[in-house]
Amino acid sequence: MIPSAFDYAAPATVAEALGLLAAAGDDVKLLAGGQSLIPVMKLRLADPAMVIDLGRIGELSGVRDDGDALTIGAMTPHHQIATDPLIAAHVPLLAKAAATVADPQVRHRGTFGGALVHADPAGDLPAPVLAAEATFILAGPDGERRVAAADFFQGYFTTAVDDGEILTHIRVPKYTGWGAHYEKFTRVAQQWSIVAVAAMVRVEGGTIAEARIGLTNMASTPLRATAVEQALAGAPLTRETIAAASAHAAEGTDPASDLNGDAAYRRHLAEVLTKRAVIAAAGL
Amino acid sequence: MASSKTITVEVDDVSYTDDVEPRLLLVQYLRERLGKTGTLIGCDTTNCGACTVHLDGASVKSCTMFAVQADGHSVTTIEGLARDGKLAPLQQAFHQCHALQCGFCTPGMIMQSASLLDENPHPTEQEIRDGLEGNLCRCTGYQNIVAAVQAAADGTVSLDGTVSSDSEAETAGVA
Repeated sequence: MIPSAFDYAAPATVAEALGLLAAAGDDVKLLAGGQSLIPVMKLRLADPAMVIDLGRIGELSGVRDDGDALTIGAMTPHHQIATDPLIAAHVPLLAKAAATVADPQVRHRGTFGGALVHADPAGDLPAPVLAAEATFILAGPDGERRVAAADFFQGYFTTAVDDGEILTHIRVPKYTGWGAHYEKFTRVAQQWSIVAVAAMVRVEGGTIAEARIGLTNMASTPLRATAVEQALAGAPLTRETIAAASAHAAEGTDPASDLNGDAAYRRHLAEVLTKRAVIAAAGL
Repeated sequence: MASSKTITVEVDDVSYTDDVEPRLLLVQYLRERLGKTGTLIGCDTTNCGACTVHLDGASVKSCTMFAVQADGHSVTTIEGLARDGKLAPLQQAFHQCHALQCGFCTPGMIMQSASLLDENPHPTEQEIRDGLEGNLCRCTGYQNIVAAVQAAADGTVSLDGTVSSDSEAETAGVA
């Protein structure tokens, strides 16, 4: 399958990319790792007149320690997220979720920021980033602006990134010492999540002091399971209390029905997977 | 009409400079421009892994990359794995463990296995199966493929065509 013809530019800096983007008009796509965009272009579901390849902008790749947070370049590949020592030490949830994305070849090419901007409701990175209360850093013609994860995901494949803007970095607070797990349910290897649950817990003695729970594919955007988080906060660390809290996982969700399962099945999965994810995150 | 771009790519230790259309996929460049038909197109939808090559040493699906993205980079295909006329240990292992039937998936399987062993030289059976999740075999099944990767990792394949008894037993047990 061969995509429609397009003009191609590979800028070396964000400033150069912004200039190209501003000059290109409406019919333009930014190319990150290409693991979603190129298949869509091959199917001619997208046929942009111009493609701006961000792959040669060095400042967009890598993980930086900023004290109380990590700053992750949008072009950092999934494989690096899954194996980076800073992420393993401070936000292991991201490493665990990134390790479940597609397959090894796709993880070598596909990027953290590209997947987040793609905003597939079944994608594995939006829910962990939402649970971690990350901040998105966008560069635009008027300079830089920051968007909280809670405001970033706006609907199916839709984010707060405006025309003319580029996601450059994602700032993720440190959760050093928290337990983390990403529980993904899918029928076959390398596929998207039918439902998945991202969990982080901070255990103090025999008590769950705090919890952060994100849900994948339970609505058109990732969701926080706030009722579960509230039920877990201060609860004794037992399987029974986790099971009772997890029974709230489907509250406020709006899952789709498709060939992989109807909405009721997804609500059931959310409860079961939340229980598993929290138990694993807590090390029980 | 979109204008062509000049790219310089090192493929299997040889440097090539060519004008390409931006929409030309890396796999098409390898096969149709360079004649490297050892790299196969299977599903053409990023699922099957038959087109797997190494980009700067890491496995990628060459059907899901534009040739222009490889400009300035190094590509290794299945045709670049053998050294001095001798099969690489993984190739020898696939041969000796009967890890193929029709052979269509084999170049991609071997390239992904090489990338896996580079990142994890001594994988467990489960790690091998997970490491090959992006490569589909539709005829011979995965058992002997896993055995071949294990044999290559264990160093129980020799280049004179013999396999140590451990590896033979493992292969015989699943035949």
